Amino acid sequence: MKKRLAAAFLALLAACGAPEDAAKSAPPFHAEEIQAHYGEGFQMTDTQGQTRILADWRGKVVLVFFGYTHCPDACPSALYRFSQVMEILGQEATQVQVLFITLDPARDTPEVLRNYAPAFNPSFLGLYVRPERTPEMAHAFHVFYRITPGETPDRYSVDHSVSAYAYDPSGRLRLEIPHTATPDEVADDVRQLLLENVKK
Amino acid sequence: MRSLFLFLALLCWQTAGAQAPQARVTGVWVRATVPGQQATGAFMTLESDVPLKLIEVRSPLAAAAEIHETRVDDDGVMRMRAIPQLDLPAGKTTQLKPGGHHIMLLGLKAQAKAGEQTTLTLVLEDAARQRREIVADAPIRALNAPHQHGEPMR
Repeated sequence: MKKRLAAAFLALLAACGAPEDAAKSAPPFHAEEIQAHYGEGFQMTDTQGQTRILADWRGKVVLVFFGYTHCPDACPSALYRFSQVMEILGQEATQVQVLFITLDPARDTPEVLRNYAPAFNPSFLGLYVRPERTPEMAHAFHVFYRITPGETPDRYSVDHSVSAYAYDPSGRLRLEIPHTATPDEVADDVRQLLLENVKK
Repeated sequence: MRSLFLFLALLCWQTAGAQAPQARVTGVWVRATVPGQQATGAFMTLESDVPLKLIEVRSPLAAAAEIHETRVDDDGVMRMRAIPQLDLPAGKTTQLKPGGHHIMLLGLKAQAKAGEQTTLTLVLEDAARQRREIVADAPIRALNAPHQHGEPMR
């Protein structure tokens, strides 16, 4: 009798445990999950001249994209996509910060950056480091970039990684978002990161 | 006399052929810039009845214009390169759109303001190396205007 009761108790425990496990293994993200701390704590400058680190936006999901304003194609496409994500998120967009970090601070002066990122959504911010610190910044974030000379010295282009990063509200790097992700997919992933934060 | 008539007829036919509209450009637009930005992109759809090459572009907005190809390689790195010409195969539509080809406008003489308009002069060359120019009006569209494939162009 005791044995049977114990078995029944164990079965009950297992039954209770099952849904809990299911809840723990939340639906997977569209983007690739990343187990690294790239760029967390790295000091940059905003267009008001203030020193910023990603932790300044703790409590929000932070989406980071690296590029340069002379880029006619991939960079505006990425920022446009993030502006669509903000629209999809509606009220939740207030819990998201999009950061555009320039890989070309020589041409992307604070004046250019100040207007560029907000042209896509007024909440978007541009960040930079002094030109000589750009390699260090790219290294900290594990971002690839390379300057390719053009016809004249000031007409170079910058080859660069086009995936973006998502940091959760606790400031941890969580996702690498491919350039092929749709606005709906990014919005889904952002919502999930916000939801996790509520559960905690 | 008869051969002269034939010669003249042939000449007329050839001339007519050379002057017939063989290439069309539609959906031209230029991406707006913010103050201080020195470059931007232009996009369009090209169609040709005969094999043509786009060999040169000019715009009063920019000191220089280059034909560019954008590629995103398997490693997720975007690479942008000037190409000397863009082939326009006969009977096919060639789109210059984000993620593919674009016209890079360099050394902007003024800020490209959304809602304003500029022009692009496209220099096309046929198989016989005959050149023709198409001048297209190019509206300037906001930085965050819809532009992805499948979305309305206007």
